[in-house]
Amino acid sequence: MSGGVLGLGDLVEIGRLDDLGRLDTPMHRVDARAKAIVVLAFIIVVMSFPRYEISAITPFILCPVAFISLGRIPVRHIARKILVALPFALVIGLFNPILDRQPIVAFGPHTVAGGWVSFASILLRFALTVGAALALVACTGLYRLGAGLGQLGVPRVFVVQLLFCHRYLFVVADEGGRMMRGVALRSDGKRTLSLRVYGSLVGHLLLRSLDRAERVHRAMLARGFTGEIRVMRCSAFRGSDWLFVCGWLAFFAAARAWNLAAALGCLLTGGAA
Amino acid sequence: MHMADALVSPAVGGTMWAAAGGSIAFCARKVKQSPRDDLVPLMGVMGAFVFAAQMINFSIPGTGSSGHLGGGLILTLLLGPCAALLVIASVLTVQAFFFADGGLLALGCNIVNLGCIPAFIAYPLVYRGLAGNARSTSRGRAATMVAAIVGLQLGAFAVVLETRASGISELPFGAFVLLMQPIHLAIGVVEGLATVAALSFIARARPEALSAPSQVGTSVRLRSVLVGVAVCAAILGGVASWFASTHPDGLEWSIAGVSGREELRSSRDGLRGKLAALQEATAFLPGYGFRTTGHPAAPAESDRPTAQPWPAVSAETSLSGFVGGSLTLALACLLGLGLRAGARRGAGRTGRG
Repeated sequence: MSGGVLGLGDLVEIGRLDDLGRLDTPMHRVDARAKAIVVLAFIIVVMSFPRYEISAITPFILCPVAFISLGRIPVRHIARKILVALPFALVIGLFNPILDRQPIVAFGPHTVAGGWVSFASILLRFALTVGAALALVACTGLYRLGAGLGQLGVPRVFVVQLLFCHRYLFVVADEGGRMMRGVALRSDGKRTLSLRVYGSLVGHLLLRSLDRAERVHRAMLARGFTGEIRVMRCSAFRGSDWLFVCGWLAFFAAARAWNLAAALGCLLTGGAA
Repeated sequence: MHMADALVSPAVGGTMWAAAGGSIAFCARKVKQSPRDDLVPLMGVMGAFVFAAQMINFSIPGTGSSGHLGGGLILTLLLGPCAALLVIASVLTVQAFFFADGGLLALGCNIVNLGCIPAFIAYPLVYRGLAGNARSTSRGRAATMVAAIVGLQLGAFAVVLETRASGISELPFGAFVLLMQPIHLAIGVVEGLATVAALSFIARARPEALSAPSQVGTSVRLRSVLVGVAVCAAILGGVASWFASTHPDGLEWSIAGVSGREELRSSRDGLRGKLAALQEATAFLPGYGFRTTGHPAAPAESDRPTAQPWPAVSAETSLSGFVGGSLTLALACLLGLGLRAGARRGAGRTGRG
């Protein structure tokens, strides 16, 4: 959890993704389980390619593209998130060109080192896997996704925890945001806090969170909560969902077994194997 | 410290998913058995708290940079290991889903590195061993600091092991360790300071909040923790040594599992044979990258670029791959635009758009 610092802008982004999840498009109507299975299979197959592979991976872009276009998700939205998440893969991947200088590809007189090929492969895979995961959430919404995961056998306690955490994210983060605004108004332009002030701020936030949890618990008791957690079963797995899963899995298998992009390239350039 | 999908192989990701899934199932059962029914909303709000606490930064004296709470240790101290692991796992899942911070395949790795290690190693073995029952004394604070540092060091080391076992990054083991451990020593100190600062405030303002009755999973026995760690180490060691034995790529089995290529190669009659011939005719990268062009007879093992003599680099094959790849990307984008236009027209017809 030492990831990026969460700002208020990120909360707007989460809200944006939630709004997208409530759309009603052909992709949103597919069962959450079907989409989750397809995206997981997609990520596993994309990551199963050897490290110097690029062209054989390109056909896989069809999957996120189909999710994004059929789900009417703004491409810019997904692209921006991919760019924001890029640094870690970029930093670790950049060592490949430094450490692996063996030339393995040639374009006419120019050669490309293996490290650059594997680096490009890492970036392509990064864009594909992150794009697919974001498209899954944008086409499903966390509530339906959570219910679907529950139906797939994820422990109910964990599903409820996921939904609760997401639900109160906005509430508690709003509180944190208000605290920070109060600090900013009183601290004469200084941007950061001393550890002592920080401790009391976070401690206060923690106490308020504990109080809120108690109020939520009382409200749940008042509405008949007995310790048993109920998750609404929202959808049934229809024939079209089976078709969706089988179709995509067949495509992944075909694209994994044969390099479709290279086949296309050979066809056009008349190149030989 | 979140690992991304692009650096995790399916074998490593799957192993860590199994480990994380097992831990979540175990903790979910423990939480369900617990008599505290206020735990459900408490865990949910505490997950949200971790997000909110990451919005608040403090300045690190003398460095000009700032730090914030990670959250794993403070959750474990407040909720007990089992409830804390579920909260951390949910936070990581939300981060993966909404911020692309860590991926889905890497989620298992991240849950183990950032959840299981603080909750089931740093807390019971380090914190409780050092602090005993003295929670809000200076001994307790020192134990918190040490536990935070140990937890992050082990987590960073696990990142190195998992990345190496995946074999996608070229970083050698020693250099990667030297890169990760010092950075995470600093992060661990920051995490410890932030945790101690927040807990000291609560100890002054509302001490009873710290002595919450019956934390779930606190009674986890040392022996069972050690057995669990040993089992995980054995599994990981097995996977890692297996990868080492088939170095450099060690991906052949998963490739064979996913594509069934072994069968495709072995049977040469009927449709399969035709398809295989088609594949040989078209695919200039027969599944193992650019370097097998000169040696169709020795595909999988000679995987290292050094195994391939320099003249085998063929401009022709590179060109067809480049053309094919770029064209595929362009076609996919065009198709996306077409699908989008179609969806919009369909929505317009039904009066939704």
